[in-house]
Order: sequence, then structure tokens, then C-alpha cells
Amino acid sequence: MPEMKNRSLVSINDFSKEEILHILDLAEEFEVNPNQKLLEGKVVGSLFFEPSTRTRLSFETAINRLGGRVVGFSDSASSSATKGESLKDTIQMVSRYADLIVMRHPLEGSARYASEQSLVPVINAGDGANQHPTQTMLDLYSIRQTQGKLDDLNIFMVGDLKYGRTVHSLLMALSNFNPTFHFVSPEELRMPREYKLFLEEHGIPYYEHGELSEIIDEADIIYMTRVQKERFSDPMEYERVKNAYVLKRNMLKGTKDNMRVLHPLPRVNEIHTDVDSSPKAYYFDQAKNGVYARMALIAAVMGLM
Amino acid sequence: MASNKELKVSAIENGTVIDHIPSENLFKVITILGLDKISTQITFGANLDSKKQGRKAIIKVSEVFFQDHEINKISLVAPHARLNVIKNFEVVEKSDVTIPDTIVGIVKCFNPKCVTNNEAVTTHFNVINKKEVALRCHYCEKITTQEELRFEAS
Repeated sequence: MPEMKNRSLVSINDFSKEEILHILDLAEEFEVNPNQKLLEGKVVGSLFFEPSTRTRLSFETAINRLGGRVVGFSDSASSSATKGESLKDTIQMVSRYADLIVMRHPLEGSARYASEQSLVPVINAGDGANQHPTQTMLDLYSIRQTQGKLDDLNIFMVGDLKYGRTVHSLLMALSNFNPTFHFVSPEELRMPREYKLFLEEHGIPYYEHGELSEIIDEADIIYMTRVQKERFSDPMEYERVKNAYVLKRNMLKGTKDNMRVLHPLPRVNEIHTDVDSSPKAYYFDQAKNGVYARMALIAAVMGLM
Repeated sequence: MASNKELKVSAIENGTVIDHIPSENLFKVITILGLDKISTQITFGANLDSKKQGRKAIIKVSEVFFQDHEINKISLVAPHARLNVIKNFEVVEKSDVTIPDTIVGIVKCFNPKCVTNNEAVTTHFNVINKKEVALRCHYCEKITTQEELRFEAS
């Protein structure tokens, strides 16, 4: 069993394949038995320097289900950051109060820095556009739960593949499991070259598509992301392409029985609400899996399992 | 003897000569090595003719001998620099600089949203390509390339 006790979790790239599988196994145990008072008597510092709904609530749910207590703040306006306190000082202080720190911060690299300043493990709950490893873990868990495996899958990533950190981290993590990728995005939001080079170096096949159409019939997983208007240099271009990346119920007709639609949420209009009642819609269960994945990560770094 | 050649920067008895510095980076080399803060004699010349580089700069530092890890700090601004260790006016050792595997300080991360550009954090990079310089930030994980290299003010 991989030793993860007292280790901070900053980037998905810090996890080996064995560690990822170990966390997913733990998450599965928590899904079967979600109330285990393993964290009783422990205090978790929950430092959200920018607002978040899903991530913060699912972390706090995970901690409560484990019997731990939470102290912290849910946006930087209610922290001393507004008084000009440095991140270093905040971390130095909180790591003397709490047994574990969960942190979201708008600056990229802030989680790595916090982990170097802290006396207790730090779990990264998102550092700007950089990393969000617990999201990646719940995505992997959702894929394994719906497909029964992680290996040899056809993964379709749709929407904003340029700025979306979730697709980048998921791509890196899945590269351990012999995937085939299909990237569906407008020209301006294509998968960055560095990730395509990474795939080429590792002999992982990928295909790029301009439109979401019948090609999805081959998919095991369709991972939808939001195409945001502000990402386009030309607003006309956004108007032209915006409807090409909306998934509708009738498009699911020819898809495989095992295919599931994932989305990191929040969804705006890229998945039509008529998809929600399809058995192939998995995004709300995916969000629920976030609780189990986070329970598993907390248990691993606290040495509880 | 180099007889007819006029010595543009006077010779030193004991110390180190750093040759083949790109002229435009002379003062960066001085800053990186902290030569603006030492008390022994230093002479330097810039815009000297060079067969290899067209224009080069040279620094002669008396009574200072550098460790490899110190001198390698200049490898990003003077990748072709050559060191001559001088004892009794004679060159006793020659060496080239090499780019180290990690770089701490010196370079700024090109990413404006990186924590190192917003808090008092020393930069730290892993060198992922030495030929066409590419540095991965230990913090934000973004890659700073040769064209994006900016140096920290000392």
C-alpha cells in the first residue's frame, strides 16, 4: 500500500498510478459506508480565498462524515488577507491551529508554496488555473465506477480545451491507462500544443474534431466543459460556434450503452436540460462522488486508513 | 606571445577571467555573481571584437575563484562563457559554464498569476530543456522559454 501519510496533495502529477488506484479503492469503501468517525477529535482548516460552491461543500461534507470539525473562511473578504497578511503568515498560523489544511487560492502555485510553509499536510482545492487534483480524482473515480475500469477507454473531451484545467489534469492522469482521446472544440479553444506533444511522446492516440456530431457514437465517456464567451477574441466567432458544442438528448441515440456524460459543473447551457433525465447523464452523481474521493484523500494523508 | 595585440582589459595576477559574455548581458552577469558587492579589483570591457560572437564582454576579477554552482548561475545569460583561472599571470585552468538542473532565484516566472510574482517567494525552476532553454516553474508548473526569460532585480 502506498505511504501517503503527512504528504501534501498539490498536483495530480505528484501521484503514481498505484497511488491513484489506492485512493480510488478507498473512495469505493467510503461510498459503501460513508459515515466513519475516523477524523474524530481532529480540526481541518478550510481556507477558501475565493468562493466555491461544490468544492467547499463537498470537502466540508467529507470532513463531517468523517467526524472531523472545520474552521476557516469561505472567501478572502472574511480573512486577514484583506488586511494585507501574506499567504505565508496565514499558513504559518493556521497550521499551528489545525491538523490539516484544505486551501483554494486564486494564485497559481500557491498550493505548492503553502505546502512548503505548513506544519501539517495541505490539500489543494484549486490554485487558480493551475491544479485541482481532487476534481481529477473524482473524475477518475466516476469513470471507473461507470465503466468498471480505467484502461483502454475512448474519452471525448468537449468545449474549452485550451483554458480548462480539469481536462488538462484528467488527460495527464488518464495517460497511465492506455486511453484514446478525441478533442472536440472550436479553433480558438483547442487543446494546447504541450499536451498534444505529451501524448505523442507517450504513444497515446488522439483525434481533433471541430464539431460535436455523430462521432460521439464511439465514446465511452463524453467529458463536457463550458465554452465561455469571454475566452473569444472575436465575439462574432463565439456567436457562430456556441451552438456547435451543446449536447442534446437526440444526439445520444446512437451512442454506446455504457457511455456516460460527465461535466465538472457548473453547467450553463452546454448540456441541454433534456439530457438530465437520460440514464447516460452522470454529472450529478459525479459531483456526489467528490465527497467519497475527498474522504479518501483526507484519510490517506491523515494516515487513517 | 600575443605580442601585437593590445590588451584592452589589463591582466590580473591571481583571480578569474570570464570571457565570451554577450555584451548586452555584462551587467546581468555582474549582478548575478554579486560582483557589485565585493571589495577586490575588478576590470571589465564590453563591445570587444569577437570572432565567435561579433561583440563580446569580458570580466577580470582579482583574488576571486568561483565554485561550479556559483558560476553556473550565469549560464542562462552567458551560455558560452568561458572561465580562465589565473595564478601568477598564467592561465592554470579553463572551463565552460553549464546550465544546472534546477535554478533557484535569478529568473522570474513569466506567468503573471504565479505566486512567485505576487508574494515574497524565491523562484524555483526545473530545467526541462537545456538547448532551447525551457524552465518549468516548481510552483505554477508553467514553462518559461528562452524568449520569455526575465531576470529578478537584485
